[in-house]
Amino acid sequence: MNATQPIKIAILAMGGEGGGVLADWIVDLGEHNGYIAQTTSVPGVAQRTGATIYYVELYPEARAKADGGKPVLALMPLPGDVDLVLASELMEAGRAVQRGLVTQDRTTLIASTHRVYSIAEKSAMGDGRVDSQQLVNHANKAAKRFIRFDMAQAAEQAGSVISAVLFGALAGSGVLPFSRAQFEATVERGGVGVKPSLKAFGGAFEWVQSGSEADAPTAALPARAAPAPKDPQVRALVERVQREFPEFAHFLLLEGVRRLIDYQDVAYAGIYLDRMAKVHALQLNDGGRLVESTARHLALWMSYEDTARVAALKTRSTRFERVRSESSAKADQVVAINEYMHPRLQEICETLPGGIGRWLMNSGVPRRIVERMTQKGRVVQTSSVHGYLLLRCVAAAARWRRSTTRFAEENRFIEQWLERIAQTAAINPALALEIAECQRLVKGYSDTHVRGLRNYELVMGAAQRAGSALAPATLRELRDAALADEHGNKLRDVLARYALA
Amino acid sequence: MAERSFVEEVKKLRLGAGDIFSGEGILAVTKGLLESGVAYVAGYQGAPISHLMDVLADAQDILTEQGIRFENSASEATAAATLAASVNYPLRGAVTFKATVGTNVASDALANLASGGVTGGALIIVGEDYGEGSSIMQERSHAFAMKSQMWLLDPRPNLPSIVDAVKQGFDLSEASSTPVMLQLRIRACHVHGQFVASDNVPPKFTLKDAMESPQRDVSRIVLPPASFVHEQEKVKDRWPAAVRFIEERKLNEFFGDGTDDVGVIVQGGSYNTMMRALERLGLADVYGNSKVPLYVMNVAYPVIDSEVLRFCEGKRAVLLVEEGQPNFIEQNIATILRQAGVTAALHGKDMLPVAGEYTAAVLLKGAREFFERYGRVASLAVPAPVRKVIPLIEVPAAPVAAELPLPPLEDSVHARPPGFCTGCPERPIFSAMKLVERELGPHHISADIGCHLFSILPPFHLGNTTMGYGLGAAGAAALNVPAGKRAISMMGDGGFWHNGLTSGIANAVFNRSDNLTIVVDNNYTSATGGQDILSSKANNPTRSTGHEIEQAVRGVGVKWVKTMRRTYDVAGMRDLLRDALTTKEKGPKVLIAQSECMLNKQRREKPLVRKAVAEGQRVVREKFGIDSDTCTGDHSCIRLSGCPSLSIKPNPDPLRTDPIATVLDSCVGCGNCGDVSHAAVLCPSFYKAQVVSNPSGWDKLLERVRGAVIGWMQRGDAKRRERFAF
Repeated sequence: MNATQPIKIAILAMGGEGGGVLADWIVDLGEHNGYIAQTTSVPGVAQRTGATIYYVELYPEARAKADGGKPVLALMPLPGDVDLVLASELMEAGRAVQRGLVTQDRTTLIASTHRVYSIAEKSAMGDGRVDSQQLVNHANKAAKRFIRFDMAQAAEQAGSVISAVLFGALAGSGVLPFSRAQFEATVERGGVGVKPSLKAFGGAFEWVQSGSEADAPTAALPARAAPAPKDPQVRALVERVQREFPEFAHFLLLEGVRRLIDYQDVAYAGIYLDRMAKVHALQLNDGGRLVESTARHLALWMSYEDTARVAALKTRSTRFERVRSESSAKADQVVAINEYMHPRLQEICETLPGGIGRWLMNSGVPRRIVERMTQKGRVVQTSSVHGYLLLRCVAAAARWRRSTTRFAEENRFIEQWLERIAQTAAINPALALEIAECQRLVKGYSDTHVRGLRNYELVMGAAQRAGSALAPATLRELRDAALADEHGNKLRDVLARYALA
Repeated sequence: MAERSFVEEVKKLRLGAGDIFSGEGILAVTKGLLESGVAYVAGYQGAPISHLMDVLADAQDILTEQGIRFENSASEATAAATLAASVNYPLRGAVTFKATVGTNVASDALANLASGGVTGGALIIVGEDYGEGSSIMQERSHAFAMKSQMWLLDPRPNLPSIVDAVKQGFDLSEASSTPVMLQLRIRACHVHGQFVASDNVPPKFTLKDAMESPQRDVSRIVLPPASFVHEQEKVKDRWPAAVRFIEERKLNEFFGDGTDDVGVIVQGGSYNTMMRALERLGLADVYGNSKVPLYVMNVAYPVIDSEVLRFCEGKRAVLLVEEGQPNFIEQNIATILRQAGVTAALHGKDMLPVAGEYTAAVLLKGAREFFERYGRVASLAVPAPVRKVIPLIEVPAAPVAAELPLPPLEDSVHARPPGFCTGCPERPIFSAMKLVERELGPHHISADIGCHLFSILPPFHLGNTTMGYGLGAAGAAALNVPAGKRAISMMGDGGFWHNGLTSGIANAVFNRSDNLTIVVDNNYTSATGGQDILSSKANNPTRSTGHEIEQAVRGVGVKWVKTMRRTYDVAGMRDLLRDALTTKEKGPKVLIAQSECMLNKQRREKPLVRKAVAEGQRVVREKFGIDSDTCTGDHSCIRLSGCPSLSIKPNPDPLRTDPIATVLDSCVGCGNCGDVSHAAVLCPSFYKAQVVSNPSGWDKLLERVRGAVIGWMQRGDAKRRERFAF
């Protein structure tokens, strides 16, 4: 019996990513160059963002003629019996491995290393991303040869789509018995977006041919220039960091100082360092972890997001440039920027100078008028003179920020938190670290912020009741539970489980 | 229509004798119909046979030339009833729908058709949506063929076999006066291959002939006593005629060396996969030359006793490959063998899984077991069981840097459930529903079939049951007692016209329901590919469109009807929903949520916009974005949206670690993000950029003025910040 086998190719892609185009190209490539080709797929609901597999088999026509037979080609891949797997994204490459399509004895795996995050990763309340390196490791272990690079980026640079890059990488891999010219002729026959497709194809072809199979070496991070403050007051702060704190903490502390000067003023950054000095003075033998964690979280808490801050960030020239680049606007195009703002009574009172804010909050008719006026969200065009001035005025409220009710409130929380860290550190440094990390729960705006603060208080209340008997791991579990769902169900469960409710 | 053109595919329908047709399986079926002298075709769209409908819809000129009538049926029941034209007249007709859901809907008409029998060939092409990627319940169409006694073809999945099955199917139908079902699995529908075309054949007898000289035969009508006669005819006349035809035309195939005493019986549809399994076991080559005898049942029903007996005679054992359950064929063959006293052992669901798709891996495993049992392949070496002992090892002098075991891959590979496309107008409906849920608490939601069913998946998690196409409102029928909350039903425009108007809306009126039904109107049936229906906005030269759903709803007696003409208005949607759920007014409430399917809209508009920009016209493109310095990484916005273009990216802020939300380049600027952040009072990070291509003189002037004023202030601001920078 004849031993010639069809070439078996599986393409894993998500709906609308061009997996079908790629399969059609391979079929066309085969049919024009002496091969019998068959492809099939199961699009169905997968067309709408789901994952799907296209399967192609190629068989040499001359061989079939010589043997006097017609090959019976399969309609689905058999695990362990696939020569080539193309994956348009890294998790899909992982899925191919999971399904047993990638085997070390024969499978060449060509995959893009970029990530299209799954809905579970995206909708997590904190960081739900999977570790890309794990996916790479698994694929590396499973494949005979693993060709990979960021094809989304390559496609974008060429102004084309991922399928063209994959096609180029496939040609470059030399796994199929066709020449570069034959590959390119296929793209030309397709007739759609030929020029950018060929550019993307060529780039990928050469990249793979150059033999850089593994990841392109990540460019070493440019060493941060030593801080060179111009302002004498700022210089004093920088020198204080360098003098009073251990070196490992410099990076975060300087970032904190930078943030708080930008947020308020130099004096405010000074308060930050005063507070940090107290934490440092605890002199814990924990490898500096508490200092680092507190440095990070204290800076974030002290620069809590209020209306003035948002307005300040939105009116900067750097931000205007960023919007232009994120909207891929060309030089000859005009860009208008529209903000979606929804200030409510609460935020307005928090922005007004303390006394006026308190008065408005507790007033009768004026309060109701403002409430009525703020029922709907507003669109502010920052790129117009009118809108820009409006936001600049709001940003100017930072001047009296320290008199606002919000500031007093946040300050109270910060002091309590620092106090608790200090007290706990004396008994159990590991637990103190977990308390410091709990600041992560407080973030966002309006309802999100209210929810975060409520969770924070629940967790802190539990920690308070449990006292020093609380295991650090339990507190970490409570914190993770608070980030598990919006309704606080998980947190309630865990609190009940540890009898901390 | 779908805003897609099938011009290339339509050209293939014109191929003549000797031309090579190259394309998809379902398109080959379409060509096969034209080559068979079909007089009319009808059907209802749905994967995997939508393509057949779409191509025919675009091929009206060819159909007219050939004298063929093409009907976009209102439902599968309509399609099946259309075959009534073949009862009295020698007209060949074909209908198509997806199975088994379509067969379910069509079954009343099919049963009536099968009872009286047909004069002209009647072919029912069912796209079997079974196995991987299927969106429906896992059942077999086989049962419908058996219960109504229609013949079921299940050809080998290659284009020549499929086209042959179409032609033979008509002949078989006429030879036995019985409608014939042609079953195509999803991969067969989408398989790319080639076949040698023949000339198209115009129908000999036309619909016009039938209409102008009607014929009537009471014995063909399902009414006693004829109905009792039909039952006898089926078994005494039609069945034997079918068996004779199938034997004579050799519709079933025998392959391989007939001398071996073990063999395989396989349904045509599973042939390719089974051959691959045999090839892997070394029992066949890549051309299908098999060492073991094969009986390929291209006719799945009826089973031909004589062929089965011929194949099994003198064999020790046969393996039957029958996908899906129950194992109708296995039971049938067991009876045949038993009654004939044939001693061959029959294996099937004892070695292969009872349920589930027969993938290559599954068939390989089952075939291996069978052939190992009968000594045709050597058994795989079984690894010796490892006895667990505590090993005595010396403690290494220096700790070796051991390779850390990889954590399981399952942890890193997530499911990718289908969701709404970028810019889908249905997303804001469910965003609004989430917001109402926050105010009024959860409601019972009866879901329907269509893209809107994705609401049951993350991130929305909305929907309790789904009972079938158009049956969303019917699914909440029992929940009709005085209560503190109302039930909500979903329904698409497709489902509405399919049957929802009567089964759901009219039923709610008649039974004095107090519930809310939301009808999602995307301008056409979006989920199945954008086919026109009565309420379509498009101007269709061959169909009547523009019939408002609201009028139909009022016509059956609903008083509380509201139409939302722009679903992207999340706050407006939320307010209407709240109103519908809390109003004191009694009686059914219907909320019609209208906005065009974005997938199809983009297909139409993208090329137009590109053209306009190239021609130098002023074009405004809108795109959303998120400010990375104000986003705090809570992802509330994603949980209220799930848009593929709304994603996450690493936080550029050195102090923060949680990834921030980001809007990808694929954003179409539908406005949902902005409206959700307004309505849900989320966060001020969203912005909408309006990018003007080919700006007008006024645009440029305004830009210069703004640049001067704002730029001046920004420079001053930057200078102040620069002073304190380090």
